[in-house]
Amino acid sequence: MKTHQYDALIVGAGGAGLMAALYASHEVKTAVISKLYPTRSHTGAAQGGIGAALGNLEEDHWQWHAFDTVKGSDYLADQDAVDVLCQEAIDVVYELEHMGLPFDRTEEGRIAQRRFGGHTNNETGQPVRRACHAADRTGHMILQTLYQQCIKNDVTFFDEFHVVDLIINDGRPAGVVAVELGTGELHIFHAKAMLFATGGWGKVWQITSNAYTLTGDGNAILFRRGVPMEDMEFFQFHPTGIYRLGILITEGVRGEGGVLINSEGERFMERYAPHIKDLASRDVVSRAIYLEIEAGRGINGKSYVHLDLRPETVNHYLAEAGEDRRIDREYIETKLPDILDFCRTYLGVDPVVEPMPVQPTAHYGMGGIPTNEHAEVVLDAEHTVMPGLYAAGECACVSVHGANRLGTNSLVDLVVFGRRGGRALAEYAKGADLIPLPDDPAGQIAAELERIRTANGGSRTADLRHAMQQTMSRHVGVFRTEEGMAQAVEDIRALKERYRTDLHIDDRGQVFNHDMLEAWELGALLDVAEITAVSALARQESRGAHSRDDHQKRDDENWLKHTLAHRAPDGSITLTYKPVVITKYEPKERVY
Amino acid sequence: MDVTLRIRRYNPEQDEKPYWAEYTLHDVEPVERVLDLMHRVKWEIDGTLSFRRSCAHGVCGSDAMRINGVNSLACKSLVKDFVKGESGRIQIEPILGLRVIKDLIVDMEPFMEHYRQVMPYFVNDDPPPEKERLQSQAERERYDEATKCILCAACTTSCPSFWANGTYVGPAAIVQAHRFIFDSRDEAAGERLAILSQGDGVWRCRTVYNCTSACPRDIPVTQLIAEVKGEIGRLSLR
Repeated sequence: MKTHQYDALIVGAGGAGLMAALYASHEVKTAVISKLYPTRSHTGAAQGGIGAALGNLEEDHWQWHAFDTVKGSDYLADQDAVDVLCQEAIDVVYELEHMGLPFDRTEEGRIAQRRFGGHTNNETGQPVRRACHAADRTGHMILQTLYQQCIKNDVTFFDEFHVVDLIINDGRPAGVVAVELGTGELHIFHAKAMLFATGGWGKVWQITSNAYTLTGDGNAILFRRGVPMEDMEFFQFHPTGIYRLGILITEGVRGEGGVLINSEGERFMERYAPHIKDLASRDVVSRAIYLEIEAGRGINGKSYVHLDLRPETVNHYLAEAGEDRRIDREYIETKLPDILDFCRTYLGVDPVVEPMPVQPTAHYGMGGIPTNEHAEVVLDAEHTVMPGLYAAGECACVSVHGANRLGTNSLVDLVVFGRRGGRALAEYAKGADLIPLPDDPAGQIAAELERIRTANGGSRTADLRHAMQQTMSRHVGVFRTEEGMAQAVEDIRALKERYRTDLHIDDRGQVFNHDMLEAWELGALLDVAEITAVSALARQESRGAHSRDDHQKRDDENWLKHTLAHRAPDGSITLTYKPVVITKYEPKERVY
Repeated sequence: MDVTLRIRRYNPEQDEKPYWAEYTLHDVEPVERVLDLMHRVKWEIDGTLSFRRSCAHGVCGSDAMRINGVNSLACKSLVKDFVKGESGRIQIEPILGLRVIKDLIVDMEPFMEHYRQVMPYFVNDDPPPEKERLQSQAERERYDEATKCILCAACTTSCPSFWANGTYVGPAAIVQAHRFIFDSRDEAAGERLAILSQGDGVWRCRTVYNCTSACPRDIPVTQLIAEVKGEIGRLSLR
């Protein structure tokens, strides 16, 4: 077993991890550890834009962005953190541009911006152009640009090293354990400070926009080591995934004028969100699609609706809205090339001449590892910090997204809190000593991996995972019921038992044993699924992405608070709550 | 339909040399991805089958493979592109020119090393303005194609010049250099062109066009290489 020593570690190399790496590595000896080559990270799949009130095309203010974010969150976001997010969004977008990020341009040569769901002019209530974009591959450009800068700055990477445990000694973080994929060898990374930026866990559900590798690793690792998980019941279902495949179709399609249509040819969002219609926030649009399908207005009686971007449709509604703007084929080809490519490749559908079949797709975890605005991990309602431990990006919960994230704000979150985390991590490491490693720091995880590698029961990883995805999709999806959520908790617990006692894998080798690591990832997914279902069952209200039939209204009196799910010593989950930070925006009814 | 996958297998812990293995799958839909079929083999038949993948929709660049003799991403290749009628075969092997580690997994380090060689990052040492640097729409358009690259290596490992000589930087690295050489905001074009004018640079390109056919992002790779060649020529004529 090899032991490495660093001042600071960053686990995960998507947008948040790379941004943190750029900042930390200037100051202290830093290593980035990632189970993927950095450019494979799922930040690269983000499409439509990064929100920042630059005001390049019309009046805008970061305070409007902040209000929209709070409203979008259904008032569950912490408003002090939202101010940080929206204020620093402007500066960080300029910083990305200075790093060379190829944003699209306005006629004046400034960064181009488009409309996105829930982003409004606070005076008129109409959609505002706030999403800074690079065609429909903004995330790809951010990921590439940050990785390029890391190469320029000689950042140290351990690519294809899969972090599987956090080393704690006497209640303090001392490092991480990682499997080197190429050899199967375990490595100890001993460090003063570490930041987790491991992304999301969309693979808990069947239909998802997420990569196969988004399995909640960081969340499960920290939870097992005593860190609570915040607001895990709030998971976003993006309204427009490609039917059956779940591949994301950016909200930018609707930002450019695309509309949702049911089997009766009706633009049904006019009924659900009379003011901003198809550009209402994602929870609202996903529920509307679900209700249309339930009412038998899915296309051909199936569980999808149409997303219509055909120029004749878009121009019809633009004219109806009294706008001068018109679009044509060439415009769509330039602004949304990847969307056209996905539809042509996977559906044989050309969105310029045919509408796209879409359904809600599991997309983004609003909850996660509780952090403060310096990306420090906090352990309880009193905001007690675990010194030396940090998290940023989707795996973390600051909370800036509350119960529902606005489109474009995930990319803002990555770079704003990645940057803050990188700075804080380095600052801490400069003044801290190494926590000594405990005896046999990898003993426990080595035993677990050995159990998996030699597992010879009757339940294959894929079968257990499929069963988990089935129950979570049915019972802890867009709409939820008491019985359904209780069923999901029961099902997940039964699957966890089979995972512990009856797992089967085939690969007994060491080199690139993905079979073993996929099974380990399933263990992480099952933990995250259980936390999600337990947290959801307990919350007796409907708020943002959490919508249940027996408590259909938001209940600020009893539930304007964050969930904290803790792991009890016997492995069971206990829930506590912490207050929401409210500064200027008093909760009120949310109307779009 | 029934589809038989013929897959080039190699496990360094067991096998002296690579071999072909066949797996027949039933009830395959024509619109399934080749990656879906490989997952069926891995999840239902033989968990030792090893390959890289992540996003499964052609944007992360993990799963470049040689499918029926042509480089592409397994997640952007549909069964119907290879099999017509009720049954058929699809042959899958690792991309060529890089050392095979296990099954479809090759050593990407030489590829990444070539990438790093060409200064694949933005250089402009002037203090930046308070807001964004300005760039016209036409200037932005000039290098648009090159920004689509996902570093999947499908182009470089389809190139006979790269097969013949692994020290050639290869098409992907040249595309990455192009992305900055033609960016009006960047100031290191000269250094990159100097690197690419050397023996292992652009002149090893014989304009075979394999790279252009292989690119899953539809980047006109050969054309971009030609533009870099042209720029080197233009500067040396001065």
